[in-house]
Amino acid sequence: MPGSLVFPAHMALHLLVVLLLPPLVPGLIAKVKARMAGRTGPPVLQLYYDLAKLARKEAVFSRTTTWVFLAGPVGAVAAGLVASLLVPFGHTPAPVAFEGDVILFAYLFGLARFLTILSALDTGSSFEGMGAAREAAFSALAEPALFLGFAALAKATASLSLTPMLLAQGAAGVRLTGPLILVLAGWAIVYLAENARIPVDDPNTHLELTMIHEVMVLDHSGRPFALVLYGASLKLVVLGALLIDLLLPATSRPWLDWLLFLGGLGLLAVAVGLVESATARFRMTKVPQFLVAGILASGFAFLLLLV
Amino acid sequence: MNPTPLLPLRNGQAAPLREVPELPLAAFRAAVIGGVRGGQRLACLCADAERRLFAVLADDAAGTLRVGRTQVEGPRYRSLTPDCPQAHLFEREMAEQFGIVPEGHPWFKPVRSHRPWNGAADPWDRPADLLPAVMDFYRVEGDEVHEVAVGPVHAGVIEPGHFRFQCHGETVFHLEIALGFQHRGIERALAGGPHPLTFKMAETAAGDTTIAHAWAHCRVLEGLAGVAIPPRTELVRGVALELERMANHVGDLGALSGDVGFLPTASFCGRIRGDWLNLSAEACGSRLGRDWLRPGGLRQDLEPLLAERMFPRVGRSWMETRDAVELLWGAASVMIRFEAAGRLDSVQAREIGLVGVAARACGLDQDVRRDHPYGPYGAHPVKVSLAQSGNVHSRAWVRWEELAASTHFLFEALEELAGTPCDPTPVPLPPLAPESFCVALTEGWRGEVLHLGLTDAAGRFARYKLVDPSFHNWFGLALALRGEQVSDFPLCNKSFNLSYCGHDL
Repeated sequence: MPGSLVFPAHMALHLLVVLLLPPLVPGLIAKVKARMAGRTGPPVLQLYYDLAKLARKEAVFSRTTTWVFLAGPVGAVAAGLVASLLVPFGHTPAPVAFEGDVILFAYLFGLARFLTILSALDTGSSFEGMGAAREAAFSALAEPALFLGFAALAKATASLSLTPMLLAQGAAGVRLTGPLILVLAGWAIVYLAENARIPVDDPNTHLELTMIHEVMVLDHSGRPFALVLYGASLKLVVLGALLIDLLLPATSRPWLDWLLFLGGLGLLAVAVGLVESATARFRMTKVPQFLVAGILASGFAFLLLLV
Repeated sequence: MNPTPLLPLRNGQAAPLREVPELPLAAFRAAVIGGVRGGQRLACLCADAERRLFAVLADDAAGTLRVGRTQVEGPRYRSLTPDCPQAHLFEREMAEQFGIVPEGHPWFKPVRSHRPWNGAADPWDRPADLLPAVMDFYRVEGDEVHEVAVGPVHAGVIEPGHFRFQCHGETVFHLEIALGFQHRGIERALAGGPHPLTFKMAETAAGDTTIAHAWAHCRVLEGLAGVAIPPRTELVRGVALELERMANHVGDLGALSGDVGFLPTASFCGRIRGDWLNLSAEACGSRLGRDWLRPGGLRQDLEPLLAERMFPRVGRSWMETRDAVELLWGAASVMIRFEAAGRLDSVQAREIGLVGVAARACGLDQDVRRDHPYGPYGAHPVKVSLAQSGNVHSRAWVRWEELAASTHFLFEALEELAGTPCDPTPVPLPPLAPESFCVALTEGWRGEVLHLGLTDAAGRFARYKLVDPSFHNWFGLALALRGEQVSDFPLCNKSFNLSYCGHDL
């Protein structure tokens, strides 16, 4: 049967994309931002160079830290990799799919966040503690937006598995268009917040007191820090796949599906770069309002589907 | 009001020391406190090794500097600070430099962590191995209060300073700033001069304010030597100072934009700042204007041909500056950040003696170039830029308006310079008048720069005092942060953009 032969090829491609592609996304965002500002900017492949450099560097550990400090980066990458197997990349089914995997998907990221926060607290630094508090507070508001979006899609597709939930949109027809736009809006906010992008956080700032995510990894170095950077880029791809899948039209050719997905990922990176070029960061006190807007958008999508 | 016993001097005017009235301590106190209550500013309060105190009050309305002195008999005297908060840092400085203890000072802490120069007993009985920022910090106690310490090593390539926040969640109750890491002993090294390095030391007191310090130093020397500077030379100095202001204000607006994550202005201003610096480099060979001035004139004159060549470049740089900065005012996301942070009201600003951009942003109408005109600013007045809100937006807005005013000055000055031949090369200065006193103020890009020279019987400096605007303004930053978000500190800090080395000397 041709299907069974093709499927392992897809799976291999899926794994390759997960392992090799993510560092390209931050590079693309940085390039777009640089171009918008009239600068040449670093090479698109810069993060690959950085990872190679960090892999050869010695890690420095503070005397106050324990194994928890290392559990942050390792756990975050492990959780991200497992989560990546649950999400379909374009109109190709995910390597692993079962009823209810959406809950696992969401809480794998919850686990990653929990470990990152713990490893930040493990350093005993006042900066990292502040960052951990901010991360915990803001992610508590980002999570409902993600879940209400899932609820809306589950209602529309009568499924609790990511692959049918994200890919059945084309068939669902006009009735879904309104809720879909609202889910996209809510998730776009979640995407920016979860990935520590402007306007919620500034991944490029050097000002510790203003950081949310970045400040939690200030004490990491060498290979653990390489894992942190890779994990962050992985998150850009995996959460990005949620947004892209909702938008992509299905084609009859598998290779075209893949091309569309990769193209969509590139466009998403460009879009993030454009947002970051056009707007300043919110004041920290305004961030919850922004996240609540995400909850409202996803929540209304769910309400629309209930009536 | 009683006529003040203090001697009125013009900015940069020298007077024999015997003409500076020596008052009894009580009368000195009354004159300083009364003057400040009457709207004058305490521009400088300093001591020398013989425990003589000198006060310089700037009377902006009358355009005069009022000076007086007193002799402190014992190692202690009654502090001025409870009646005149502007004196608070000066009194701490005098205690550290000469062991003169102000009794009743409400915030009596070291300033720069060095021992008294004259071998007097240390007012704080500190151990022999002195380190900066090792002192008792103000602490807020309580379960929900936490302390955040930042620096002296910072994440960016900036100068060292230690900031101690007492926070309740994200809210700052109190910020204490401990400096002194950059202390080089400039004032002490300047005593006994002028010697070959004197000019170099004075000009690098704060490296980004080279021209303002160099000019103030030149004017002290020229005042004490009784030399008049020809108008064209003064105009070139004005061009130097305004180019310095352009480069720094452009850099600041870009950095403010970068701190809120607004990339376009941040990126453009970084480059355009270089263009302004390069104009200084073209005129004198140094981007920071090092060695452009010299006592008695200029080391590098600005020839008519060069002025003509610079004119269109100033125009082009200004156009680009305007385009880049207008993006900032057009971005609502930036405005909401600027308007929400770092408010300081005008009453507090006046009480603590804020100067320069930060003072004008609180609505305090003061600018040395207008109030105590020197050099070319009598003939070419510069518009004083004001804002009222005292927040980050106001400080950015004052910079923006000053950019326009300085460009206007540059156009006028370059046009005039292009049409007039150079002054003859200046001759070395004659010896300084002995037993004399001279104070010179200039308006640097941050604010008022004060240099005070006091000569001994041989015409050497018995005391040389510098006051950088940062010395007045650091406390303003601490006040501006009360009740603010700790995450807004970098933005507030940048909006003041104070100098660490200018404070530490």
